[in-house]
Amino acid sequence: MTTLVYLIPAALFLGALGLSGFLWALRSGQYEDLDGAAERMLIDPDDKPER
Amino acid sequence: MSCCAPGAEMALALDRATSVQPSNQEIKLASRSLGDDLRQTDLSVPTVHCAGCIQTIETALAKLDRVEGARVNLSTKRVAIRWRGNEVPPFVAALGRLGYEAHLFDPETGEKDKTLSELIRAVAVAGFAAGNIMLLSVSVWSGAEGATRDLFHWVSALIAIPALAFAGGIYFRSAWNALRHGRMNMDVPIAVGVSLAYTMSLYETINHGDHAYFDASVSLLFFLLIGRTLDHVMRERARTAVNGLSRLAARGAIVLRDDGTRDYLPVGEIEPGMQLLIAAGERIPVDGKIIRGSSDLDCSLVSGESTPRTVTSGEAVQAGILNLTGPLTVEATGAAKDSFLAEMVRLMEAAEGGRAHYRRVADRVSALYAPVVHLTAFVTFAGWMAATGDWHRAMTIAIAVLIITCPCALGLAVPIVQVVAARRLFENGIMVKDGSAMERLATIDTAVFDKTGTLTLGQPRLVNASLVDPGMLAIAAEMAAHSRHPFSRAIAGMAGFAGQPKLESVSEHPGFGIEATAAGSTWRLGRRGWAGLKARTVGEGKHSYGGTVLTKDGIIVASFVFEDALRADARAAIVQLNDARVSVEMLSGDTAAACGEVAETLGIDDFVPALLPSGKVECIETLAKDDHKVLMVGDGLNDTPALNAAHVSIAPATAADIGRNTADFVFLRESLLAVPLALDVSRKAGRLIRQNIAIAIVYNTIAVPIAILGHVTPLIAAIAMSASSLLVIGNALRLQGFVLAAVTRAPSATRSGIRASVHPS
Repeated sequence: MTTLVYLIPAALFLGALGLSGFLWALRSGQYEDLDGAAERMLIDPDDKPER
Repeated sequence: MSCCAPGAEMALALDRATSVQPSNQEIKLASRSLGDDLRQTDLSVPTVHCAGCIQTIETALAKLDRVEGARVNLSTKRVAIRWRGNEVPPFVAALGRLGYEAHLFDPETGEKDKTLSELIRAVAVAGFAAGNIMLLSVSVWSGAEGATRDLFHWVSALIAIPALAFAGGIYFRSAWNALRHGRMNMDVPIAVGVSLAYTMSLYETINHGDHAYFDASVSLLFFLLIGRTLDHVMRERARTAVNGLSRLAARGAIVLRDDGTRDYLPVGEIEPGMQLLIAAGERIPVDGKIIRGSSDLDCSLVSGESTPRTVTSGEAVQAGILNLTGPLTVEATGAAKDSFLAEMVRLMEAAEGGRAHYRRVADRVSALYAPVVHLTAFVTFAGWMAATGDWHRAMTIAIAVLIITCPCALGLAVPIVQVVAARRLFENGIMVKDGSAMERLATIDTAVFDKTGTLTLGQPRLVNASLVDPGMLAIAAEMAAHSRHPFSRAIAGMAGFAGQPKLESVSEHPGFGIEATAAGSTWRLGRRGWAGLKARTVGEGKHSYGGTVLTKDGIIVASFVFEDALRADARAAIVQLNDARVSVEMLSGDTAAACGEVAETLGIDDFVPALLPSGKVECIETLAKDDHKVLMVGDGLNDTPALNAAHVSIAPATAADIGRNTADFVFLRESLLAVPLALDVSRKAGRLIRQNIAIAIVYNTIAVPIAILGHVTPLIAAIAMSASSLLVIGNALRLQGFVLAAVTRAPSATRSGIRASVHPS
């Protein structure tokens, strides 16, 4: 029983961390161009145009 | 550009619109201000498709003066360019030099897809809650007791609150909306089931009971939200693709003021009496009268006429007509709100939409289903009350009935199939606007086609190329390359021979033809009376398009015969439709002779020529009165009211803007086989939907008696619900596996069509 007292909050915290990470990624527009993101990693960073 | 050859299916859609680049004023009008002198322009660039394209475009645009930055979105095939100053940087020209066709499109109105991000957030929250609650529930099921079980229940109850408030809100709002208007939809039993299950579980938790349904209520929301989100993503994709097509209506025009100054005004600000300058390649923005200049006009999108019309000053022109060869000065006779386009919109609104009375399968089923479920739960409650007098037990069992019948499978049964079907159609270049369109298409028994632009391409094709002297043809092609007239483009498409004399001083005489000098002699390509009268060759055409000749110093050396090119696979499409027991008719605004010829080639028995837009609507309404379910396929402005009046409608990507927006389906490729393919997929989807609903009903007839007898525990409910959902999803995925012979054949035909049509430009 005592183990549960810290295990459950730990599990929930980790879950919430993942959830907030996803929501942050969604808000910062990382899902707006999935095809583009896949292709962009092929571009050399040297001539990457400024954003 | 080796990897970036424009082979994408979208290239075709552009072909008709490639004629002119958007003017600087037009770009400025369409750009939006980001404040601080910074403006953003969004361009649709359909041919970008790899990392190389992204890099080429972004670096080239960033090098231009006054351009702050450019960002390519590969998923939507768009480029967002941020720039400063008053002058528009020449980014369209820059893209053109790189080999990318760019065009403006209608910017999205309002906020950028709020619904989708709300849905995705809801899925994320519900998924998080469902996962954690399920973990806690598993330990309860495997024997947690006493204080531990209570603790787990309390934690579950806490986690469920945000999920219900946030993810459940979508369903509660929709259910409340339906109830308020006295309707029933699938969301009503969902909302009732979820909220009752939560309340009862909370009561159990407070009283240290052993059965709580927190997991059921949250995972139910999670499953249903997945279905709903997929459905939304699919429709959004179709909408974006259709939106990205080039805009065909004029955004504005150059107005010539009395004092000689020129202003670019948006269409809405043009008033009667203003003088407009319409360059070759532009569309006429409002109804008007020509006061200066002569030209050839392409009226195919407006009236359905396939032959270009030659006009001179004094003649009336309608909004939407494309000016082909010469500059015109037009005096506006009506404002945008009284012009032909607005007239079409009014006709469209007046004709009651053919789909107004259609109720979606899911809604029809749930109208029966929800009362039955709620009645069963109530009767169960009353029965247990009467038998045992234990209201707590009666309530628990009644809620178990509600949960087990909660239409998880039913709620997924329809959208999942439609998502899979829409995806299939998407892969074949067909966009579906919404799920009900597929349901309606599956029921049709009559297909009505427009002629110009739908069955035919609305572009002439040279038919006697093999009879013309190749040397002469080469010269004609060389000359024709300088003109935008459809006949010229057809001839220019025949180019490819080397060794012809170098042309000098090529000039176009609007309404007549092209003149050039080469090696000391004067060549003219154009209408017979102007180019020359005396014939040297024999066997000249007496066809409808006859009268286009090539002359050398006034003597005819070659004559050209054209016909309106049929859309690829038009005949095969008609045959397939007939095989699918759909009768085919043709309605056209063109002449009887032109219609008769096309009808004969394609094997269409019924056709009505020379129809006004209202006539087309009447024809469709007559058919509808005789209990026919009508599919309308058309592209012109004059077809738009008919597209709206029909039970379901399909438009090609080359259709007028409002036609594309009205139609339920838009196909991007040239082949007309898209129509039977859409019908086939829709019918198969309809069959799978019925199967899925049958599965859901069978599941209920087995599970409900068990629930009524009081044998259902939260564990059994969780297993039963997941199993039925998986079964339904699995059945829907079978659509992916169906081998459609037509699908595999279509792309090859399309590809060649694109090459041919792209080449001349």
